[in-house]
Amino acid sequence: MPAVSKGDGMRGLAVFISDIRNCKSKEAEIKRINKELANIRSKFKGDKALDGYSKKKYVCKLLFIFLLGHDIDFGHMEAVNLLSSNKYTEKQIGYLFISVLVNSNSELIRLINNAIKNDLASRNPTFMCLALHCIANVGSREMGEAFAADIPRILVAGDSMDSVKQSAALCLLRLYKASPDLVPMGEWTARVVHLLNDQHMGVVTAAVSLITCLCKKNPDDFKTCVSLAVSRLSRIVSSASTDLQDYTYYFVPAPWLSVKLLRLLQCYPPPEDAAVKGRLVECLETVLNKAQEPPKSKKVQHSNAKNAILFETISLIIHYDSEPNLLVRACNQLGQFLQHRETNLRYLALESMCTLASSEFSHEAVKTHIDTVINALKTERDVSVRQRAADLLYAMCDRSNAKQIVSEMLRYLETADYAIREEIVLKVAILAEKYAVDYSWYVDTILNLIRIAGDYVSEEVWYRVLQIVTNRDDVQGYAAKTVFEALQAPACHENMVKVGGYILGEFGNLIAGDPRSSPPVQFSLLHSKFHLCSVATRALLLSTYIKFINLFPETKATIQGVLRAGSQLRNADVELQQRAVEYLTLSSVASTDVLATVLEEMPPFPERESSILAKLKRKKGPGAGSALDDGRRDPSSNDINGGMEPTPSTVSTPSPSADLLGLRAAPPPAAPPASAGAGNLLVDVFDGPAAQPSLGPTPEEAFLSELEPPAPESPMALLADPAPAADPGPEDIGPPIPEADELLNKFVCKNNGVLFENQLLQIGVKSEFRQNLGRMYLFYGNKTSVQFQNFSPTVVHPGDLQTQLAVQTKRVAAQVDGGAQVQQVLNIECLRDFLTPPLLSVRFRYGGAPQALTLKLPVTINKFFQPTEMAAQDFFQRWKQLSLPQQEAQKIFKANHPMDAEVTKAKLLGFGSALLDNVDPNPENFVGAGIIQTKALQVGCLLRLEPNAQAQMYRLTLRTSKEPVSRHLCELLAQQF
Amino acid sequence: MIKFFLMVNKQGQTRLSKYYEHVDINKRTLLETEVIKSCLSRSNEQCSFIEYKDFKLIYRQYAALFIVVGVNDTENEMAIYEFIHNFVEVLDEYFSRVSELDVSFFNTVFHSTWQMHSGPYQEPIDELPKICSALEPQQTCFSPDSSSFKGAASTTPIY
Repeated sequence: MPAVSKGDGMRGLAVFISDIRNCKSKEAEIKRINKELANIRSKFKGDKALDGYSKKKYVCKLLFIFLLGHDIDFGHMEAVNLLSSNKYTEKQIGYLFISVLVNSNSELIRLINNAIKNDLASRNPTFMCLALHCIANVGSREMGEAFAADIPRILVAGDSMDSVKQSAALCLLRLYKASPDLVPMGEWTARVVHLLNDQHMGVVTAAVSLITCLCKKNPDDFKTCVSLAVSRLSRIVSSASTDLQDYTYYFVPAPWLSVKLLRLLQCYPPPEDAAVKGRLVECLETVLNKAQEPPKSKKVQHSNAKNAILFETISLIIHYDSEPNLLVRACNQLGQFLQHRETNLRYLALESMCTLASSEFSHEAVKTHIDTVINALKTERDVSVRQRAADLLYAMCDRSNAKQIVSEMLRYLETADYAIREEIVLKVAILAEKYAVDYSWYVDTILNLIRIAGDYVSEEVWYRVLQIVTNRDDVQGYAAKTVFEALQAPACHENMVKVGGYILGEFGNLIAGDPRSSPPVQFSLLHSKFHLCSVATRALLLSTYIKFINLFPETKATIQGVLRAGSQLRNADVELQQRAVEYLTLSSVASTDVLATVLEEMPPFPERESSILAKLKRKKGPGAGSALDDGRRDPSSNDINGGMEPTPSTVSTPSPSADLLGLRAAPPPAAPPASAGAGNLLVDVFDGPAAQPSLGPTPEEAFLSELEPPAPESPMALLADPAPAADPGPEDIGPPIPEADELLNKFVCKNNGVLFENQLLQIGVKSEFRQNLGRMYLFYGNKTSVQFQNFSPTVVHPGDLQTQLAVQTKRVAAQVDGGAQVQQVLNIECLRDFLTPPLLSVRFRYGGAPQALTLKLPVTINKFFQPTEMAAQDFFQRWKQLSLPQQEAQKIFKANHPMDAEVTKAKLLGFGSALLDNVDPNPENFVGAGIIQTKALQVGCLLRLEPNAQAQMYRLTLRTSKEPVSRHLCELLAQQF
Repeated sequence: MIKFFLMVNKQGQTRLSKYYEHVDINKRTLLETEVIKSCLSRSNEQCSFIEYKDFKLIYRQYAALFIVVGVNDTENEMAIYEFIHNFVEVLDEYFSRVSELDVSFFNTVFHSTWQMHSGPYQEPIDELPKICSALEPQQTCFSPDSSSFKGAASTTPIY
């Protein structure tokens, strides 16, 4: 340890510190400090000017006192004075004091800034560094405002010393992170990129950090960094282990710099230039080769540093996902690590492999390690490693190994840590469903799941098994038999009772032939669980009982006895009581025929309708539909999507059964809140088909829906809600969200407003149109506190819209910070008339989970309306000219909004047409005219709106020179009233 | 990207903390308590990476002192893991047989000068010693005579 009295060590300070240390009590210490403070105060106030040394000494003492936890309310001025000293140690103590005790005193800030300015201009590298460090450490907005413009200059100046450049780069990075708007981009950006070629590795390291951060916001400005980074990397990788001297760490040349360069490259797609790409691939191969070479040192530091580079290299290979050879080599390398004795390496290998499994090139290679991974799941002592193993098994699962993986995961579940059980349950449920070939296996798996980890089986999992059993005739008998057997266990989980109750109520007749499971046996088995269950389950069981009365008339008397019991008819829970009363009455008054109709078997859940949707979504993993649910769910809730890795296997191994089961088609949304109570539960199960009007409500639903209020957000209702497949978008984006049309309609008559909003994201629109041109500003606001990553909004033209409408978009930053808003400018040109609006597809990662959302861009043909004023005579003449039947579109419709003449006027003007007064003999009517401007042609357009206040109806007539335009405009406008 | 850098002893006292993203002062104590709790409960057989809320903790133990770095999910765990060691080596070089006590006094210097703020380990090997040596005079004035130090800090070399 350096001696106390070294150099110009301040004796007074040393004495003071040792006095403090020798204090026997807190009081003594405070006394000593107060004495010192009084002394310093008198010195500072004294008439005699203090020399630099004394000032430094006293400021040091104050600093020490401050660090002991006492408040310091003076001495700032003396510290600022020290800043202008020419002695390094004095200046430095001044800066130290300023950095530790930042004061927002404006007078002082001005002086400090002045001192910093002088030091920055001093050309003394040490002073410049001190000043830069101070700016960076304070990092306040005021500092940024004062110096953000100077620092880039220092950074790229030819005569700056290495240490100054390095500090300037870091300082700029700090200011940029604190307030990006203050750092102006400019001609210096190109020169910053060239710092990657700097001789001094410290400068390169600092520059890489800076560029990595800057390029995320302006990727194009920094594009040239790719080739420079590649050549720098290649020089490091191929250098001998001692070439880099100071920057060699245990025989590994510049490991951290290599890692940073590799990370910078991950901000860009693979280089297009073949030479650069060749050089890069060579680098990556060299890294992989080096991993196989015998280590140059036995020290663990050597291999750690080497492996850090290796893992970053593999990340880059995965990021590019274009070099099958490298991907497979990476996979093999990780495979070796899976059995390494270092836990850290096993953990990281499992983690990296998880992403490798998502590449079609390496999926098969990853699968070869299945036994090792399963072994890891069984034998690893560290729960976090086991969890990675479970993740990897999930990621590598496909049809060929689903049975093995699911059974291993089930086995693991029995001993799994409580913290990760729910996640494993969901994973098993998803895999079982996705890869189920025969459904008895699926039913077995889910029932096992409930048996082993009933508490962790969320509602969506058992809803799902009910839906599948209901929809598949071939598995119903088997399911009934299995649940019957499962229910015989003396202690079975309540979820099992729910599933059992529902299935036996529907399909109990299929096993009633066997005397061991005769109707009375089934009933008494279920009823033996009744009293142990919660209200929700009991409500479900009551419904099962009434179904039993229909299925097995012989049990009627027993069941009526149960329903009649005081504990049911006078149950304190209103839901149970109501069910008991109504079911009892129903069973007594209704004839067998009526009963059979009312209590008919549930119709299949309408999943087949959504198979197209499911297919679309399967192509791209989490599709548009799920984005809604994602938005709806509470980000903190422990839900199904949050904990999952992206499901790569959905991409690489399409499975026909997913059509039916379409995981994403039935995204289990946040489970209905527990407080929803019994009423919702039944509705949840029964409400599904009712939400699909095309099926027509069955009598039973009519009956039940009278009983209970509809649950607005039950998962099955969601499932049944078929997303509009009217606009078959291109393959790579999901279909628009169900509300897309409604949202679009809001913008037919206005140009600005909020287009979309959920819990994560708000999208605002501002637009203006002139003739056939338009400009639209989209504002994407991140409503969370977490950064969105890979944020990419794109505009897609479905069908032949490409030839009708040109939309130019500007790229936006790939990151949207929590609470931040980014803006995107769209330039729109209408080439010819069009009917469907373009789609806006927004994708991003939120907390690791990919989100996708497709909306209709509020660009409709009427935006290109030019209002035209004309006299009554002209109007009628043109009206007559357009008298062909196909030129006219007419619609008579009911008013959806109050019929207010002023509002209607505003809407028509917003729609784009001119309003012509004194044309129509009836002053109540509205008459408008305009021309739709497109690049190719102009379409004249006349319209007439006749409100009928008495009938609350409108008649809308449109005549244009083009038939589809008439119809389309008529439809658009009709929705507005 | 590094979110915070902590040095905590086995008793749970924070010896040094540096945050690279704003965290409320009152939340820091809670965070530090939870972080050290999750590190202390781990055995040698367990890996050095812990998933904690929406970030990852990477930790190493030197004698009674834990160095914990919180990073986001794009960070290279191994690089940070080795960076911690590099950091300790540098401290050791500077203090010659660095102990927890040194660290608690190094705090000041670290706090004011070491620019790690710009993300992952700005200063590679051998940069830190240069900065430290530049600071030597100041360090000197705070270097305590360890035998007379009243606090509970251990003087066992951490490395």
